[in-house]
Amino acid sequence: MRYAMAIDTKKCVGCSDCVVACQTENNVPIGFCRDWVTETVDGTYPNVNIELRSERCNHCDNSPCVRCCPTGASHFEDGGIVLVTHNKCIGCGACIESCPYEARYSHPDGYVDKCTFCIHRVRKGENPACVSVCPTSCMYFGDLDDPNSEIVNVLKNRKFNALAPEAGTKPNIFYLT
Amino acid sequence: MKEELFVSGRNIPNIDPYLHIWHWQIPIYLFLGGLAAGILFLAAVYTILGKDKEMQATVKWAPFIVPFALIIGLFMLFLDLKHKLYFWQLYTTIRLESPMGWGAWVLMIMTPISIIWSASYVREVFPNWDWKFKFLYAFEAWVIKNRWYIAWPMAIYAVILGIYTGILLSAFNARPLWNTTILGPLFLVSGMSTGAASIILMSKNHEERRLIGRLDLLFIAVELFFIVHMIMGFLAGSQVQIDAANLFLGGEFTVPFFVFVILLGLLLPAVLETLELIGFKVPIIIPAILVLLGGLIFRFIMVEAGQVTRYLY
Ligand code: SF4
Ligand code: SF4
Repeated sequence: MRYAMAIDTKKCVGCSDCVVACQTENNVPIGFCRDWVTETVDGTYPNVNIELRSERCNHCDNSPCVRCCPTGASHFEDGGIVLVTHNKCIGCGACIESCPYEARYSHPDGYVDKCTFCIHRVRKGENPACVSVCPTSCMYFGDLDDPNSEIVNVLKNRKFNALAPEAGTKPNIFYLT
Repeated sequence: MKEELFVSGRNIPNIDPYLHIWHWQIPIYLFLGGLAAGILFLAAVYTILGKDKEMQATVKWAPFIVPFALIIGLFMLFLDLKHKLYFWQLYTTIRLESPMGWGAWVLMIMTPISIIWSASYVREVFPNWDWKFKFLYAFEAWVIKNRWYIAWPMAIYAVILGIYTGILLSAFNARPLWNTTILGPLFLVSGMSTGAASIILMSKNHEERRLIGRLDLLFIAVELFFIVHMIMGFLAGSQVQIDAANLFLGGEFTVPFFVFVILLGLLLPAVLETLELIGFKVPIIIPAILVLLGGLIFRFIMVEAGQVTRYLY
């Protein structure tokens, strides 16, 4: 099992519902977020291309955050989901420094927090909150090892890229372009 | 033209617009670690060479700073943890992949070694010192007899500790300014140099000061060479690394870096030490203090500037 997400940048309208859904679902403290939306504007008028991306932890295959954690608080769960065990985390910040996507933050309670792919929902067979709330249905969540899954299908038929692949982390969020 | 902006979500304290996760404690931790490594290495080497009579400050007096430096260093690390009550878990896990983890262990091993080393000289400083227990006297006698053998692992551990202070930063691929293998050797020589400077400050023997001063000149030369090498490496690297080098070459850290680190921390002390060597009267404490301050500021700048460099946004 290898969980991943594909996000259609052509369908995303930047409404930020995913951000709010995550904050509500996961009780993210005010002023913090586990996912966010960026807009990249490329070119000059009239030849402009705008790309909207909903971003979050990439649950990297080669994750520096798991490697550098001195206590093993950052670890892999089933399906390659990268998780932080809160009461094992000492808040040293090494993992925050190590993430090229700036996907982690220091929770006011001291431990480090980030996207969990809503593992509590995924284990029940549901989609992550951000995916299920998206009004344009532009996100696909699923198992890359299952050849019949929607995500494998969409990645087969569309062009996609990942963020900062040169950082060598093997990210698992794909942006359909 | 390409422009990137956040539509929503991101304005997280200490993450945006750039990281500020490691604060002033970490550069002090790295500085004290390097200083301790420098002193212990020189103490061990001159013990191995059988020069402990001539090099009193190097072998005996300066190592007294080390246990304090290491304990304060560890305390600094502790201060910068955000989940402090869980600190002990650093020492219930061994994860060799994590520089933070094995560094904490190296310090844990270094501290008792340095305490034992200094303790074996305590009665030379305070002749009235009483160990109270018989077995402590026996242990002291054993240490004194075997100093030469203890010096070997101590020298090796000192080098590991010195290199570690650089690796703690260089292991992070996500911070392009830190992500260079030269940082380990660079922080090691810089640590040696600050160690030598503190020995110079403590030594009363003119010959010893001259010898350590000459060594320090060598350390400074190597350090300058490594710094040039590091910046050249960045300029020949990928875009994020070129951007990192440009922080020092016209960017926001240019003035502090060149004025405090290169000029006042390396070149000026090198000139003063050379003048002293060829016979001019220079109060030797001036270059020594400059080297120490330069080393400290260098670590502050590296930790701050590294957190400004990133891949995205
Ligand atoms: S995106 Fe960052 S936090 Fe998430 S797995 Fe990759 S390196 Fe770790
Ligand atoms: S802050 Fe917590 S999760 Fe991150 S590396 Fe340190 S102990 Fe591990």
